[in-house]
Amino acid sequence: MNGDFPWLTVMAALPFVGGLVVAALPAGKRVLAKNTALAVTLAELVLAIIVTVKFSPDGDRFQFTESYAWIKSFGVHWSLGVDGIGLVLILLTAALMPILVLASWHDADTPQVSASGEAPSGKAAPRSTHAFFALMLMVEAMVVVSFAATDIFVFYIFFEAMLIPMYFLIGGFGGAQRSYAAVKFLLYNLLGGLVMLAAVVALYVVTANHDLGGTGQGTFDLVRISQAVATGELDMNPTAEKAMFLGFMFAFAIKAPLWPFHTWLPDTMTEATPGVAVLVTAMVDKVGTFAMLRFCLEIFPDASKTFAPVIVTLAVIGIIYGALLAVGQTDIKRLIAYTSISHFGFIIMGIFAMTTQGHSGATLYMINHGFSTAALLLIAGFLISRRGSKTIADFGGVQKVAPVLAGTFLVAGLATLSLPGLAPFVSEFLVLVGTYSRYEAAGLFATVGIILAALYVLVLYQRTMTGPVKAGVEKIRDLNVRELVVVAPLMAVLLVLGVYPKPILDVVNPAVEETMSQVERTDPKPSNPIVPAAQPLAAETHGGSK
Amino acid sequence: MSEGLQLAVEKIDTPTIEYAELAPMLIVFGVAVAGVLVEAFVPRKARYATHLVLALGGMAAAFAAVVALAGEQEVAAVGAVAVDGPSLFLQGTLLLLGIVSVMLIAERRLEHGGDAFAPQAAAAPGSEAEKEATAANLHQTEVFPLTMFALGGMLLFPASNDLLTMFVALEVMSLPLYLLCGLARRRRMLSQEAALKYFLLGAFSSAFFLFGVAMLYGYSGSLKLDRIAVATGGAMDNDALLLIGMAMVAVGLLFKVGAVPFHSWTPDVYQGAPTPITGFMAAATKVAAFGALLRFFYVAMPGMKWDWRPVMVGVAIVTMIAGAVIAITQTDVKRMLAYSSVAHAGFILTGMLAANEAGASSTLFYLVAYGFVTLGAFAVVTLVRDAGGEATHLSRWAGLGRRSPLLAGVFALFLLAFAGIPLTSGFTGKFAVFQAAADGGAGSLVIVGVLCSAIAAFFYVRVIVLMFFSEPRADGPTVVVPSVLTTAAIALGVAVTVVLGILPQPVLDLADKASLFVH
Repeated sequence: MNGDFPWLTVMAALPFVGGLVVAALPAGKRVLAKNTALAVTLAELVLAIIVTVKFSPDGDRFQFTESYAWIKSFGVHWSLGVDGIGLVLILLTAALMPILVLASWHDADTPQVSASGEAPSGKAAPRSTHAFFALMLMVEAMVVVSFAATDIFVFYIFFEAMLIPMYFLIGGFGGAQRSYAAVKFLLYNLLGGLVMLAAVVALYVVTANHDLGGTGQGTFDLVRISQAVATGELDMNPTAEKAMFLGFMFAFAIKAPLWPFHTWLPDTMTEATPGVAVLVTAMVDKVGTFAMLRFCLEIFPDASKTFAPVIVTLAVIGIIYGALLAVGQTDIKRLIAYTSISHFGFIIMGIFAMTTQGHSGATLYMINHGFSTAALLLIAGFLISRRGSKTIADFGGVQKVAPVLAGTFLVAGLATLSLPGLAPFVSEFLVLVGTYSRYEAAGLFATVGIILAALYVLVLYQRTMTGPVKAGVEKIRDLNVRELVVVAPLMAVLLVLGVYPKPILDVVNPAVEETMSQVERTDPKPSNPIVPAAQPLAAETHGGSK
Repeated sequence: MSEGLQLAVEKIDTPTIEYAELAPMLIVFGVAVAGVLVEAFVPRKARYATHLVLALGGMAAAFAAVVALAGEQEVAAVGAVAVDGPSLFLQGTLLLLGIVSVMLIAERRLEHGGDAFAPQAAAAPGSEAEKEATAANLHQTEVFPLTMFALGGMLLFPASNDLLTMFVALEVMSLPLYLLCGLARRRRMLSQEAALKYFLLGAFSSAFFLFGVAMLYGYSGSLKLDRIAVATGGAMDNDALLLIGMAMVAVGLLFKVGAVPFHSWTPDVYQGAPTPITGFMAAATKVAAFGALLRFFYVAMPGMKWDWRPVMVGVAIVTMIAGAVIAITQTDVKRMLAYSSVAHAGFILTGMLAANEAGASSTLFYLVAYGFVTLGAFAVVTLVRDAGGEATHLSRWAGLGRRSPLLAGVFALFLLAFAGIPLTSGFTGKFAVFQAAADGGAGSLVIVGVLCSAIAAFFYVRVIVLMFFSEPRADGPTVVVPSVLTTAAIALGVAVTVVLGILPQPVLDLADKASLFVH
């Protein structure tokens, strides 16, 4: 129905090839490297828009499907295809990348702070800019493949391989402790990935024992496996299913990150450049939450149901823990990192509540969190680079010297605390409603997170932006044109999705229903008058128009 | 009387030697013997070039012979040698690794016109004779025939179809290696210590092997692997002979493989030996020894599976754990790679223990992947040098990524392949052996395997951190620009690592087809 043009493979190949081109450009041509990277990300965005337009929400579940035999001995196919959830996440990635490239425009031009914290001296390595943007493009390619893969092995390969360019991005650019942060990032995620590898191997053996791949072979085809699970053709031993579920979930929980597997995230986000920090939280981590929805729930529905209460509990702890720690932070970037842990708690809670609103809300939350965190982190990055300090106490009265910067920061902050009218509100509301209808206590406790969010955002704003102008702050310039170009689209998205999230929900909902039927969950009977049972999705349009 | 004599005469078979089937080994041994003659008769000036052409040409010819024999499935030389899938696959692998190794051994650009070997091995370190030899700018070329003899032994080792041939192959392969280890130009005491250690422990393990062979002969009345297999199927009451014999032969083989607890020689020998030889040993010896191990257990001992598997599972587990954990504490690149090779021996054993066809084919694939990465990594080590020769202390590698990003990048690729990161050959190999093991019911090994991979990742990553994220030292080592020989060797390593990571199917197919042993 979409013709034979391999859209998704092209979308995967474009940033990859673009990255190679950027890396191969002659040394010294920094501006050319940046422009090339920007052009590639914009072209990718165009492709993503074309794919989105051609996607029909009422059509097949997976569209733009393509499949080529890759490694026959392991039953691996290069199979790509997107459903509504994958599509909107690819769109998020493609939309954020040009913004990140612009926001990181000068980050790799200057020499980086040395490990001993001395001010940088001398010149940056001749190809550092090339390396930075080439690695960014590589990550984009791998994220796109992860969102589009319908073959578990292909997903795994890119889920893991993504760590390497990320590792060099974190370790090569940013604060004094970046090398420590990069190693921590890599080891945590590698451990998760390797445990998952054992589960992937086990899954292959299980499918081979059930002859899913034909001729005694196993298969990694997600569609085939989830069908077999649904029809009972693949009846896993419950213990084995639980073990495999935990293997997959361990990797995704580290990546997402779910409390208590989160400790790498604050270090990474504090030390990385703002652009890279956004890359981590807005895209790479989303692969983790996306994979919970896509792989854990679809392949192991019974185990998911068994473990859902535990995971929802951990998620609620994460929501409150992240928010509490955010309140106590003295470092702006660290504060934002802990808010993300809180928000990932919401997303994971929505996924494992296993209700329609929970799933739509969680998916929408992934998008909104991507945009709101990007806005908050990038503007904070602009602020920090002007002052040369990340400490909240070094700021004060920025509002007076840089009103636009302060204003946009406020909008981003209000989005983070889920103010009605801004995008994250809709998703947070959906997640809470969706969770409350199945796990009342979890829904109630999670609302504490909202109150704390108001606290950490408003206190941060008050301390940094209002009050008398502190010494060192007076020289802060307002946003320049490049930075405005970075911030404006983010603001626009936050506002538009805040009042009109329907287009995204329309694309997402059919996919959500598929997942729900796979886990054989129906929404619980309404015990809550807020949600009319007949039209469960009416809630978000109400919420959105408030 | 004359009648009796006639009967006796009739009983002696005329041995038929299938020269064509044995061609790969005959060519390599022929080249080795010719190399000795070259040493004796060709003028000193022309020796290096003659040796190089002879060795590379011989190995290429032997490789062509292997390709021509592909698909053979029979025993040759009166049942002493098996020419079958695994033999030919491993011989092809060994010859390719041999070609790369000889290219590294022949490198003469790094040591101010010299090679990595002592100008006069017989001169005591620090003696007048040594100074004279150095001053005279002597170059010895005996490494070439020695390498070819070792390679010949390696070709025969996994192809031996009886235990005595296997023992002879073991010795033919080991003796030249003992010598080669002691030939380093720099740090000669360390090198000679390595050679002595390797020789003593190696001789000890050979004795174990031989004693085990005797026991097995006592049990089964035969040295032929297939006869022993038949004998293990029958109900004999002297099982003790069988079990002890099997264990002792296994000890001899596990020593060569470098599995714990028979690994203690690896770090010292890898560190002390001249680096090109270390690479050759680490890659090719392991391939050959695993081939022999596979053949011994798969052909001679399949009936004893329930006896050897539990023990070998234990060996594999401690090998993986010990290799990965001890490597963390290493401060020398070569020692670190040595312990990493121990850990990899554990991963390969994991595949072997599947004890099914997938086990054999995944082991074969892993050996190819591992061999080329290892040679490439040691080739990189030869290039990072300072006034004292190779700068192998890890702290000296700090900031290498700033100075020569290309070389550091290549080394990082090899390290990532060792760590089993996807899209490198190491990942494909690891996946293959884990899948075979899980299929063969060794799930516990897979769990230990992934956890050890995570531990191992730590020290590989640490080196990458050191190279890329640390400040370069002012007195740091320089990266010497090598001749085309080493460059080609490294390039080949990179190519194999990437291709087997992205498009492994052809080699997987080949390993699949080659996984059937002739009985």
